[in-house]
Amino acid sequence: MKIGYYPGCSLTGSSREYNESVVALAKALEIELVEIKDWNCCGATAAHVMNEELSLSLPARIMATAEEQGLTEVVVPCAACYNRLKMTQHELKDDDKRGRVTEILKMPYQGSLNIINVLQMLDVYGAENIKARVTSPFAHKVACYYGCLLVRPHSILQFDRVEDPQSMDSLIRVIGGSPMDWAFKTECCGAGFSVSRTDLVAKLSGNILKDAADRGAEAVVVACPMCQSNLDMRRGAINKTLVQPIDIPVIYITQAIGMALGIGATELGLKRHFVNVEL
Amino acid sequence: MSKIGVFICHCGENISATVDVERVAREIGGMEGVAHAIDYKYMCSDPGQTFIKEAVKKYGLDGVVVGACSPRMHEPTFRRACAEAGLNPYLCEMANLREHCSWVHEKSEETTEKAIDLVKMLVEKVKKDKPLESIKVPVTKRALVIGGGIAGIQASLDIANTGHKVILIEKDPSIGGHMSQLSETFPTLDCSQCILTPRMVEVAQHPNIKLYTYAELESLEGFIGNFKARIRLKAKSVNYSTCTGCGACIQKCPVKKIPSEFNAGLGTRTAIYVPFPQAVPNKPVIDRVNCNYYKRGACKICEKTCQVGSIEWDKEDEIITEEVGAVVLATGFDVKGADFFPEYGYGKFKDVLTGLQFERLASASGPTFGEIRRPSDGAIPKKIVFIACAGSRDPAKGIPYCSKICCMYTAKHAMLYQHKVHGGESTVFYMDIRAGGKNYEEFVRRAIEEDTVNYIRGRVARVYEKNGKLIVKGVDTLLGGQQVEIEADMVVLATAGVANCGSEQLAQKLHVSYDPYHFFAEAHPKLKPVETNTAGIFLAGACQAPKDIPETVGMASGAAVKVAALFSNDELVREPVVAVVNRLAPPLYSTCVGCFMCETACPYNAIEHEEIKGRDGSLIRTIARVNEGLCQGCGTCVAFCRSKSIDIQGYTNEQVYAEVMSLLND
Repeated sequence: MKIGYYPGCSLTGSSREYNESVVALAKALEIELVEIKDWNCCGATAAHVMNEELSLSLPARIMATAEEQGLTEVVVPCAACYNRLKMTQHELKDDDKRGRVTEILKMPYQGSLNIINVLQMLDVYGAENIKARVTSPFAHKVACYYGCLLVRPHSILQFDRVEDPQSMDSLIRVIGGSPMDWAFKTECCGAGFSVSRTDLVAKLSGNILKDAADRGAEAVVVACPMCQSNLDMRRGAINKTLVQPIDIPVIYITQAIGMALGIGATELGLKRHFVNVEL
Repeated sequence: MSKIGVFICHCGENISATVDVERVAREIGGMEGVAHAIDYKYMCSDPGQTFIKEAVKKYGLDGVVVGACSPRMHEPTFRRACAEAGLNPYLCEMANLREHCSWVHEKSEETTEKAIDLVKMLVEKVKKDKPLESIKVPVTKRALVIGGGIAGIQASLDIANTGHKVILIEKDPSIGGHMSQLSETFPTLDCSQCILTPRMVEVAQHPNIKLYTYAELESLEGFIGNFKARIRLKAKSVNYSTCTGCGACIQKCPVKKIPSEFNAGLGTRTAIYVPFPQAVPNKPVIDRVNCNYYKRGACKICEKTCQVGSIEWDKEDEIITEEVGAVVLATGFDVKGADFFPEYGYGKFKDVLTGLQFERLASASGPTFGEIRRPSDGAIPKKIVFIACAGSRDPAKGIPYCSKICCMYTAKHAMLYQHKVHGGESTVFYMDIRAGGKNYEEFVRRAIEEDTVNYIRGRVARVYEKNGKLIVKGVDTLLGGQQVEIEADMVVLATAGVANCGSEQLAQKLHVSYDPYHFFAEAHPKLKPVETNTAGIFLAGACQAPKDIPETVGMASGAAVKVAALFSNDELVREPVVAVVNRLAPPLYSTCVGCFMCETACPYNAIEHEEIKGRDGSLIRTIARVNEGLCQGCGTCVAFCRSKSIDIQGYTNEQVYAEVMSLLND
């Protein structure tokens, strides 16, 4: 099975472990990831509040490049990249906008790519595969945290139940884990305010971690590098806002599955976290 | 040669201000086959009509064209005038010079020329017109009412009181519907049961009403005035002619933990049960899905208990056929329930209820005998949050419409709570307060001002449980979008009113249309609110859209009047604008080849198979025949017919062709 792959900037920097675990897991599941050659930044949170044309042209270039390279489906692990690519596809259904963007890009854009996130990839190409390959069941009680960007806006992404998503929960069940019912599944972690308003992020992320910890989660499982870094890297700042410090790790769904499949900790990047992963 | 009379109307100035009506009359007068052409200020007035009548007689006209307003407005008027003068009314046609010409164009040469063209087309059509006779169909003066809620009850009583027979069918073991589940009713707070149960009894005792409970419509065939309804009488497993309704069997039934439908799942019932104490009929049925005997083949305790031997274990569903002339659909609505609001925790948290469940809690006949208590632990909630628009007006949930009744019943709920729990705190989250109705706004103000219900304008994002409390997270949009968090003991969702399950299938059985949300569609949103576009089938109540009790009752009475009006005739007269399959002399009989493409195309099931037989009774051919009682003259079959064997009377291919050609022959 061959799928196009757009890692995006985070996965080559602060979230290298996400990239490593996606790649390791894809290999284990015999999914061939074909990285888009000469890909660029999607513009993420900065572009779309600054300049509409830029925010559309950056993702459009990625997709146009992928189309040019003969790809039909692209998996995008980063929730922000996934969101931006899907939103751009939607916006560019407008002929006028598409005209302007292709003029800027100087390359044709079809809008024919099927953009999927990691959960969709695992669901469509992996679910049965994963089940058959589980060697050490992931017997942990975890809180699956989806964040904002993976499921919203529902009218465009059309992915999962917007207020109570289930796709990650069911993957956790497949590998023998017990996803729990909790209140902060889709609450905001503070996202890009991580740098400018760390205090805000500490408060918002703190709320999330506290509810997960109060309900007895052994780990928080995520599918977004931004959420992961806020909940993990900002743990020091978070714990300062709490009476009781929280030490539960924040891992990617790909790492959780990788562990169940017996893939090594280094290969999965499990040693790169700020909060030690001892599961 | 034809002798056509043409009458051009000024319509005061409506037409003559932009169209040179004299020129129209003059030029048309010169057309081949036109014997007489005049113009007049008000053709529809008495003198105008007299011009037509006199001309028909004087010139021996064999066709009339009136160039005036829309035929929807005055075609019946002019056709009647022609008929009075002895001309077949279907030889009179109208050219619409007002809506199609003078009202939509400026005064100009071209406008007048267009008017001339419009009249010319009709003159050519009239030349090809054939005298038609209106269709008469007999009427079976008996109505079928489907659904025994307040809508069905009201419609049945109103029809029955006009002296006509009514067959009322209800799928549940008792009539009463949702209204019987309600506690008090807005805006007067009178007890729902107290005003409903007398009507239920009246239905059961009315000599003109035949009531079938635990019954569903199997199929409906036929057409206005002549329907044949097949009704499935589900096996009650109890012989109602001997059962005394003593209730001993219910007390002894060992299966006691079935969630009670009547109590919206908050109470339980037995397998042999009467839905509620005031049920009509007040006799039990056995729920075969949950009964020990039907599940495992043993138990029969009820049989041993029954003094009169009324239990009928082997009773099977029975299908009966009833002939009726009209149908009233009153199948009501449902409320969105479990799993539709994961963000509000409904189905997960026991103390998150739907509005209907709160009605049961507040009702004297409910599981708590009217005390507001939490289903989880029986405690009296000190803080309660009502969430209006749970699902309604939410395109993301697929329900963009307003459910209409929620604003009022939420105000009522909060009010009832404040009355019953002194010192309790109630909060309502709302989007807008829609209290349009007599004394409605005053009622809501009373809840806010006298009963100190806290109204917060904003939506609730999430409800979750923490330390035994329900945390309600919302926003107050009137205070600059401030986030609000309330620790509540109970949350009540004013869940969206939706079409009853199975309404789509029922609509298909009856050939009535329904909207994207599966509510039955009225024939016209303003002027035909109780009719469907299938003649003889009427709507009452919330099966058409969510509505409150007064509106439902009004609509039911409206539907009943329509039925009564229909039954005031012994025969129905219909416009002969129906499809006909041509018939020719033997040996051809018809150009119809019997492919029955028309049958697949017809939305009204009007195509029948006609067997042409020889003198010895042998089958020569099978061709299509149109049932003129069913046909609505839509013309779909005409387009489908490959051998051009079907025509719409009054709009034949030949006539339409003549109209078109009149424009091309200039």
